[in-house]
Amino acid sequence: MSELLMLERVTMEFGGLRAIGDLDFHIAPEEMVGLIGPNGAGKTTVFNIITGVYKPTFGAIHFNGVSLHDKKANRITALGIARTFQNIRLFGSLSVFDNVRTAMNGRLRHGIIHSLTRGPAFRDEEERIRGQALALLDIFGLKDDADRQATDLPYGDQRRLEIVRALATGPQLLLLDEPAAGMNPTEKVRLMELIHFVQEKFRIAVLLVEHDMRVVMGVCQRIVVLDHGQKIAEGSPQAIQRDPKVIEAYLGEEAHHA
Amino acid sequence: MDWANLTQQLINGLSLGAIYALIALGYTMVYGVLRFINFAHGDVFMIGAFAGLYVHRWLKPFFQWMPEFFSAFLVLLLSMCICAALGILIEKLAYKPLRQRSRLTVLITAIGVSLLLSYGAQLLFGAAPKGFPQLIKNETHNLPGAVSITTEQIVVLVVTFLLLVSLRFIVQKTRMGLAMRALSNNPTAASLMGVNTDAVISFTFGLGSALAASAGIFFAMLYQAIDPFMGILPGIKAFVAAVLGGVGNIAGAALGGFLIGLVETLVVGYSKNIGIPPGFRDAVAFVILILILMFKPAGILGKSEREKV
Amino acid sequence: MKKHIAHLALAAGLAASLALYAIAPQLDDYAVNILVLAGINIILAVSLNLVNGHTGQFSLGHAGFMAAGAYTSSIITLSLAPVLASAPAWQAQAAFFAALLAGGLFASFCGFLVGVPSLRLRGDYLAMVTLGFGEIIRVVIQNTNALGGARGLEGIPPYTNLLWTFGIATVAIYVVASLVNSTYGRGFISVRDDEIAAEAMGINTTKYKVAAFVIGAFFAGLAGGLYAHFISYIAPEGFNFLKSVDVVVMVILGGMGSTPGVAAAAVLLTLMNELLRDFEQYRMIVFALLLIVLMIVRPQGLLGNFQRRKRKATQP
Repeated sequence: MSELLMLERVTMEFGGLRAIGDLDFHIAPEEMVGLIGPNGAGKTTVFNIITGVYKPTFGAIHFNGVSLHDKKANRITALGIARTFQNIRLFGSLSVFDNVRTAMNGRLRHGIIHSLTRGPAFRDEEERIRGQALALLDIFGLKDDADRQATDLPYGDQRRLEIVRALATGPQLLLLDEPAAGMNPTEKVRLMELIHFVQEKFRIAVLLVEHDMRVVMGVCQRIVVLDHGQKIAEGSPQAIQRDPKVIEAYLGEEAHHA
Repeated sequence: MDWANLTQQLINGLSLGAIYALIALGYTMVYGVLRFINFAHGDVFMIGAFAGLYVHRWLKPFFQWMPEFFSAFLVLLLSMCICAALGILIEKLAYKPLRQRSRLTVLITAIGVSLLLSYGAQLLFGAAPKGFPQLIKNETHNLPGAVSITTEQIVVLVVTFLLLVSLRFIVQKTRMGLAMRALSNNPTAASLMGVNTDAVISFTFGLGSALAASAGIFFAMLYQAIDPFMGILPGIKAFVAAVLGGVGNIAGAALGGFLIGLVETLVVGYSKNIGIPPGFRDAVAFVILILILMFKPAGILGKSEREKV
Repeated sequence: MKKHIAHLALAAGLAASLALYAIAPQLDDYAVNILVLAGINIILAVSLNLVNGHTGQFSLGHAGFMAAGAYTSSIITLSLAPVLASAPAWQAQAAFFAALLAGGLFASFCGFLVGVPSLRLRGDYLAMVTLGFGEIIRVVIQNTNALGGARGLEGIPPYTNLLWTFGIATVAIYVVASLVNSTYGRGFISVRDDEIAAEAMGINTTKYKVAAFVIGAFFAGLAGGLYAHFISYIAPEGFNFLKSVDVVVMVILGGMGSTPGVAAAAVLLTLMNELLRDFEQYRMIVFALLLIVLMIVRPQGLLGNFQRRKRKATQP
């Protein structure tokens, strides 16, 4: 199987409510895929299913051929999937630097005992981690803020930090949950550049959930459209923009609000 | 099978359970409306008992002119009013400033209030247990089959039933009750719909505290001695009852209260048969708490809440 | 030099404990008693802080772990007492150390038993369940005649001195501080700040929560052993919920998540207890008001700085 991520016939039910129905969905290595749809279509639910926060009621998920069924979230991250959150979830009391290095825990060779004995092996590894974390922050222009408390950063920088933190886990697939929310047009342009940069430099696949169509169209190679938990369209940005079912789903939403 | 003994245990268990149920209702209503565990609630129960003691003392000279049940009713009513006021006061002073904070912060404050009430009561009333006056003449009524029930137990069960019915009426059929249910269901929508949140919260605290006061009086009637720390254990057990029944669910709290009372009495009553020393009676509720939270955290009648990611 | 700061601090602390022990004969008994109590409270506060403060798992049952350690170590030294009476001093000290360790290990086992079922519980529920566990431990002791029941155990050999107390306090501070300040240890704080994000960043939150309970309980057990061998008499009533609240007040006052803060608060509150000893009735009222005012005015305590997620769990 050449696909990096594979969802087959995935269904998610909460009590009587069917949030996702019979979803088939795949992502190839280093591909940039967008996931769009009206509010409540189930986009964040898909994220939560992929990252192990929710267990699907039915269906199979495979990542690099490995089944993600019944795996805990931190195991799934270790396998190579990282994410950001719709409402920023940084580690509020930790510094910018600590937010990043905490995400590197998966790559640690030492554990509790070494943290207590603090021998040369421990110190070397801490130095290595420190170097890697600072280098990563430097790439994204956050190195100077390394010792600031994460929540002291301006909003746009916090969103960027969340992406850096996710990258620190060393993923092959990065899930971005509405990263452009609350940004002004200039910040959005910089975000698009950032996402392109991340994908090229780190050679990873990106799954983007976003409401701003310009960001989606500008960044993604392929777009999947959800409505009421079902996939209603899939294809290139141009094809999607012209797809009548997609237009109706969004217009339908507008009609409701009228 | 000793049916007489079992029936006797059931009667005793239900009387105890009635007391737990009344306290549990206060926990569950406050949790429903504010989503926090009012740790000090058990101490309001204690204050209710002491209020009853002192109300009785002050009004005793007047009791000769009224029938016994009326004077007892007066003591009950006044204690309930005193505790309702106390509950409202506590909410305004200690909990209201913390409405936007984490649930844990308020719990810690509630622990502080609980300590304040019990140690304050110790300061005012002394640590030694006090005898509770006989509010009504107590007789043992022998039922068929070597089972007996006292007048006081009958009063406790009947009045608890009346209180539960009145509570259901208030919650289901009055505007305030509707507001309580709305606030409990969806706080944002409720306040957007014009519900006076502060008034509803005060009312909820007052109502819950009044019920706790009645529990205090009943407890004092049945067990005849009161002390400043009598509220701690029953308070925690009533919390367990509320969780058992499904926190936020009024019928659940009543059900949970009766269940805990029954289980506790049965464990003690049959301690020799099941090999658990009677001294473990207090641990029963805690074991139930741990089991319920491990296996069915929503409780018997509750629905689970999901954290939105 | 900076690389070895943790080791140096540990050595300095141990040296200071030794020095304190050396000058003890010149201090009056009253001062020594207060110092020992302060040291025991430091161990309790720092260990509870790992659970409550650093990992954000609000435990109200710390006294239960203290009891586990106190009773385990006391049973051992009481059983060995006839043998040790005629043995050289170093053997008695070794036996004491072994007894303390056994107490700590049994307490950490209890910590494991408490931590595992509590994993999925939210803040306030977790507090109630840990309270429940603490009370269960107390009730079990109270109903076990072999442990002295409600009467308690007396005649426990008074092995505790300033060296043991502050030596162990130093180790406790070293363990918690060096653990939390490593890359691995930042995981504890991430669990407190945002558990879902921590899981998403690869942190095994279960492991961290259980580890916090186990380590916290271990040191509480040591503190219990020290306490038992200090006042020579223990009873289940001394390890009830109110004792847990005592330690919680220290942690809250000092600032959840600040090791130096809670250590200072422990000393402060030990002194306050002494000062208010003649006003025993007012002591808890003062504590209670302290708690209430702290929560309203400065919930982060003296030195804490963390920001709890202010939203309620059910809001998006």
